[in-house]
Amino acid sequence: MVERDSEMAMGGSTLDDVRRLMALATGDEKHDESSTSTLDALWVLHDRVLRLNPTDPTWEGRDRFILSKGHGPVAYYAILAAKGSFPLAWLDGFLEHGSPLGSHPDRNLVPGVEASTGSLGHGLPMAVGVAAAVRAKGLDARVVVLCGDAELNEGTNWEAALLAPHLRLGNLTLLVIENHSSSIEMGPWDAKLRAFGWAARVVDGHDHAQLEEALGATEPDVPTAVVADIPRGEW
Amino acid sequence: MRVQAAATATDLLDEDPRTAIVLAEISTDHFREARRRHPERVVNVGIMEATMVGVAAGFALEGFHPLVHTITPFLVERPFEQLKLDFGYQGLGGTFVSTGASYDYATEGATHHGTGDVGVLLTIPGFEILVPGHPAELDRLLRATYANARPTYLRASVSVNRSALDVAPGRMEVVRRGAGATVVAVGPMLDRTVAAAEGLDVSVLYATSVVPFDASTLAAVAGDRPHVILVEPFYEHSMTGLAAAALAAPARFASIGVPRRFPTAYGTPEEHDRDNGLDVVGIAARLRALL
Repeated sequence: MVERDSEMAMGGSTLDDVRRLMALATGDEKHDESSTSTLDALWVLHDRVLRLNPTDPTWEGRDRFILSKGHGPVAYYAILAAKGSFPLAWLDGFLEHGSPLGSHPDRNLVPGVEASTGSLGHGLPMAVGVAAAVRAKGLDARVVVLCGDAELNEGTNWEAALLAPHLRLGNLTLLVIENHSSSIEMGPWDAKLRAFGWAARVVDGHDHAQLEEALGATEPDVPTAVVADIPRGEW
Repeated sequence: MRVQAAATATDLLDEDPRTAIVLAEISTDHFREARRRHPERVVNVGIMEATMVGVAAGFALEGFHPLVHTITPFLVERPFEQLKLDFGYQGLGGTFVSTGASYDYATEGATHHGTGDVGVLLTIPGFEILVPGHPAELDRLLRATYANARPTYLRASVSVNRSALDVAPGRMEVVRRGAGATVVAVGPMLDRTVAAAEGLDVSVLYATSVVPFDASTLAAVAGDRPHVILVEPFYEHSMTGLAAAALAAPARFASIGVPRRFPTAYGTPEEHDRDNGLDVVGIAARLRALL
């Protein structure tokens, strides 16, 4: 159990602990829905799917996770803190001058953050490069990148979506949080992504069993896309 | 220079297992052997330049030294935000080798010109900018910087000087000393500048390193009453701020460079040089008017 005033989480934390920690990091109400709609998928990834060592965030054998959309990172920060990547007290300083925790994560300030993001459309191309580099190093690590549905308006994502199957990046998973924030209709996700060459499926974005099963699946030489659907009003 | 860049990059790929090459369809013929020998570390992304830079950043995040290459405007201007954020802001190292400097692709028109590249890159803190004037200098500068952990631009041009100097990043070469103005020739402008300055009592410096800028050599040669004339192969006054910051004494500055306008002519690079006053005759006339 995570204690509010403990220096570092020591493991065994729960999703309820993370929700309590999220309440510590206030001030970014503008992106509140963005953060809460990613919570379940981020939790499942970090608690059940990704191979990580929070006390050694640069461990070569780790799976890589990139929060591409950057926006609404409170759930991400709370999970990293709950897993022991950095002191829980950091959450109190969210958005403050001198705090390492800003509205978009900075890899040079926050242990466990693989890439600095915030400007939309950068994470998926970088994740393609990371996946190719990991393969070039002969590692069996996976690379998971989270994009928002509206973020996927950006054209660079579709460049990278075209490229990843061409490079046969079976170690790459695109996690789309479909919280219906895009002004442009983005579906049908599975048909669209399959047409680009991805193994794609849509799951209930709050259903942990569905998320775990989908995010745990990979196919040799074929990148995987998991679209976590969060209906409007259920953020 | 493009051929030299591919040859040097292929050597580095053989020598250093942490080297990778990311292309966007351009020059793939020159990298065919490199790709055959190291298929996992030579990636052609197709015609998607922003993603080319993003993919290179992914390699850099994993500790590789990526070398990225395409035509100047598609290497610098189209993926500018990827250069700024993926490399500059994230503090990643990578080498960006252009082809088609200024109007080398004169027949292609303004879409393929790259006269604003240095000015654009100067806005990214920490971005190193190198302008070799000879293929051997490109080889030297590329080997010296490919693993420097900083984003580094190598401007490869069709125009070259007759012979290479022993250049190094961050250093200007003193070509000759005189009592009058200090003329700084940048990269492929050296030979024509030396020819144009014949008979003039001026110092001539040779700069292949725009960033880091050799402020100390410029200040030492320019003296107490500096009169600095930059001869730039890109937009005029791209480097004036660097030169001004290097000098403590009040100084006069002039730039002989590419005028800031969109050209409407095609033809050859030499014809554009003539139109822009950047051939020997044009530079000589400007120097005499300025002195």
